[in-house]
Amino acid sequence: MASIEKIDVVQDIYEENDRIALETKESLGKKGIFVINVMGSPGAGKTSCIINIIKNMPEENFYVIEGDIESEIDTMKLKELGINAIQINTNGVCHLDAPTVQNYTKKINIDKPGILFIENIGNLVCPAEFQIGEHIKMLICSTAEGSDKPYKYPLAFEKANIILLTKCDLKEFVDFDDDFFRKGVRGLNRKAPVFEVNAKNGEGFREVVEWIKKNR
Amino acid sequence: MHEYPVTEQIIKIASEKAKENKAIKVNRITLVVGEQSGFIGESIQMYFDIISRGSLCEGAILEIENVKAKWKCLTCDITYPRQPYSFACPKCGQDGVPTDIGKEFYIKSIEVEVP
Repeated sequence: MASIEKIDVVQDIYEENDRIALETKESLGKKGIFVINVMGSPGAGKTSCIINIIKNMPEENFYVIEGDIESEIDTMKLKELGINAIQINTNGVCHLDAPTVQNYTKKINIDKPGILFIENIGNLVCPAEFQIGEHIKMLICSTAEGSDKPYKYPLAFEKANIILLTKCDLKEFVDFDDDFFRKGVRGLNRKAPVFEVNAKNGEGFREVVEWIKKNR
Repeated sequence: MHEYPVTEQIIKIASEKAKENKAIKVNRITLVVGEQSGFIGESIQMYFDIISRGSLCEGAILEIENVKAKWKCLTCDITYPRQPYSFACPKCGQDGVPTDIGKEFYIKSIEVEVP
């Protein structure tokens, strides 16, 4: 006769994703690759920031995995600059996850140590929830999005290891409230530095590069 | 969001645990879902009833324990729920820090039938 049993599980739903993410991070780490997960809203300036960082580190080797729902626009831009880039099209999925990224890391020819940028899908919600094999999460947030973003999208700001505030030349035109923004960031994240940058003229990126070199 | 693939994962984990324990059916799955986990219990339930058909979990009841998000005040050493647009501690007024309370998303236990 059948009996009823209670079984303790205590298993995280994301355990499999996180296990694969750790595998990716460790195997790339062994090859001397520092992995940066670049997150931010659509149009925040993720690709532009990646390009500026690369320009400010001429001695370094770079690899880029570009994530978009559709199109190869960003990958073409990077390739035109001589950057080793590969495109992921998710065709509807709103974030990158560890299994997808692991697959693509096997498609790049990683022949020298360096830095791998994984540009996540433009989305301030979901990417923050998923480990994809990165060593750090870099959040790109533009002044044009408004100073209330930390209050409305707390997880992205909480998980970031470094935050780049882009389009700083537009602050006065978009009524950006610096104090309100920084208070929001500090309430969620005591550690991540906020770097003010202008990707059009390159201002602020020397400091970002110094930070990357120190925290690698 | 993502309730569909997540529900598939819940059914996979519960079915594997059931098989490990030689069970023939899962009657109940207890989930802990934090307020800030990003998941809506009712949406998971909706997908669960459909996706579980044909699996060991078919017909199982989903029990969801909700957890409210808490912040921690480093001065007063207390945890507290946040007010909108504020991180302030209700005792001293200073801004606290986020905790992991409210971010939970795991299967706590399952109830199975064993022959």
